[in-house]
Amino acid sequence: MSSVPALVVDNLRKTYGNGVEALKGISLTVQPGDFFALLGPNGAGKSTLIGILSSLVNSSGGDAQVFGVSVNRQRNEAMKLIGLVPQEINFNQFEKPFDICVNEAGFYGIPRKIAAERAEKYLKELRLWDKAQMQARTLSGGMKRRLMIARAMMNEPRLLILDEPTAGVDIEIRRSMWQFVSGINAAGTTVILTTHYLEEAEQLCRNIAIIDHGTIVENTTMKQLLSTLDVETFVFDVAGIPDELPALPGVALRRVDEHTLEAEMARTHDLNSLFSVFTAHGITVTSMRNKTNRLEELFVRLVEHGRNGQEQAA
Amino acid sequence: MSNAAANLVALNTVVRREIVRILRIWTQTLIPPVITVTLYYVIFGKLVGSRIGNIDGGFTYMQYIVPGLVMMNIITSSYANISSSFFGAKFQRSVEEMLVSPMPPWIMLLGYVLGAMARGLIVGVLVLLVALLFTHLHMIHPLVVAASVVLGSAIFSLAGFVNAIYARKFDDVALVPTFVLTPLTYLGGVFYSVKMLSEPWQSISRANPILYMVNAFRYGVLGISDVQVGVAFAVMLGFVAALSAFALYLLKRGVGLRS
Repeated sequence: MSSVPALVVDNLRKTYGNGVEALKGISLTVQPGDFFALLGPNGAGKSTLIGILSSLVNSSGGDAQVFGVSVNRQRNEAMKLIGLVPQEINFNQFEKPFDICVNEAGFYGIPRKIAAERAEKYLKELRLWDKAQMQARTLSGGMKRRLMIARAMMNEPRLLILDEPTAGVDIEIRRSMWQFVSGINAAGTTVILTTHYLEEAEQLCRNIAIIDHGTIVENTTMKQLLSTLDVETFVFDVAGIPDELPALPGVALRRVDEHTLEAEMARTHDLNSLFSVFTAHGITVTSMRNKTNRLEELFVRLVEHGRNGQEQAA
Repeated sequence: MSNAAANLVALNTVVRREIVRILRIWTQTLIPPVITVTLYYVIFGKLVGSRIGNIDGGFTYMQYIVPGLVMMNIITSSYANISSSFFGAKFQRSVEEMLVSPMPPWIMLLGYVLGAMARGLIVGVLVLLVALLFTHLHMIHPLVVAASVVLGSAIFSLAGFVNAIYARKFDDVALVPTFVLTPLTYLGGVFYSVKMLSEPWQSISRANPILYMVNAFRYGVLGISDVQVGVAFAVMLGFVAALSAFALYLLKRGVGLRS
């Protein structure tokens, strides 16, 4: 595998014409073969960053290199390496999926015969082949999202950027999309993902950057980030709850309803002592789960922390 | 694959997509000009023209107006094609398919211009064929005809592209044809010889680029022109060069396309 990073973002800045400073000199590195999460609240600067990487937005300063190729100075060469699945539907709705894919390949200089073979391959893999000759506007929302993934694969990019690809897509189609993307990542394609479904990012991504107000507030491995979470909340479905809740040091136990208990505790706290107390008080646990997505909890904490810091600085 | 070969594939893709679009919506792109020009031939060429008598060296009025009407349809079709197609791509954001690709801006521009010229040429051939139902024509200088069609169509394709780049809504695309293109066309010597005008109107008419296109085409078909053919081609080449440079500049800067 190449030792050249898949993406190096170096002090990238963007100030729009209306004075909004969308990126305030951000830097990050994505290694080849990574499945990288780029997270942030709405308006944080994620789409601006992706826009600069895909040359839809002109940067105000700094540079980005895709596999060592500068997006600013060698735009055309850099674009050959990137596949983009944008947030908004952006194909001609009156064209057919097959033509959309073949034409996209043509824009990359891929001969029509090869383009037709790839279109068939990716439309089949994304379960759209039976819709290949229908007008794209007749496709469902999920199909349109999958079509944009197929289109982005036409140049067989080394770096695939997915900007909220599963927004508004039902769970079954979302899973099939992740199966496909995980497959191409396993085959060597570097993937950068932005999503508001944080459980997706937690399950799929190995490394993560959180961006807020145009700055990177966290950039680490997913494992390391999750390990910083010191408190967890468990939800227990129980057969019945006694009138008086048992007390256990270091655990905040709360009744949710007649058959549900919540326990907030330090991550280092063992569960065995909790179960012993439950047993001693005749509480039968039928099932248990984490209350919230761990990454979601961290995400909110980091973003809020960043905002509080900014308010204090102001 | 070399860059030249890749560029050729990209160019072929853009042109092909434009031609497929023209043929897919042929009732909007090809038929209306044929119907309109048929009415012109019947009303102005036959009914009114028969009372006007011969004009400018023994040609019937019908024969006189055919070159102008053909050129008028070529340039308006070219303009309409590129402005609506490119603005439509902007509106639907499908233009981003090209903007994120490694295709150089000049290939994108050339592809759209060739697509628009293709529509202009198809419409030109159709309205010329209809004209032959009403009168007979001999092409005296076929090369002049071909060159004036190519240049006239290219000029208005480029102008339509610039219009589409600046347009923010569909009304902006309709604005220029209504308030600029149509008056210039009607005052560009399609239906009359500018020699019939008194000063200063004759001199003012010579500032109208369409006058040179119509007369170059008319010279190719009938052998008569209100302006020197060399001057007409110099003017047209000048417009092609200036508009190409301007359109390419806008495209490279990403005006109206990139944030």
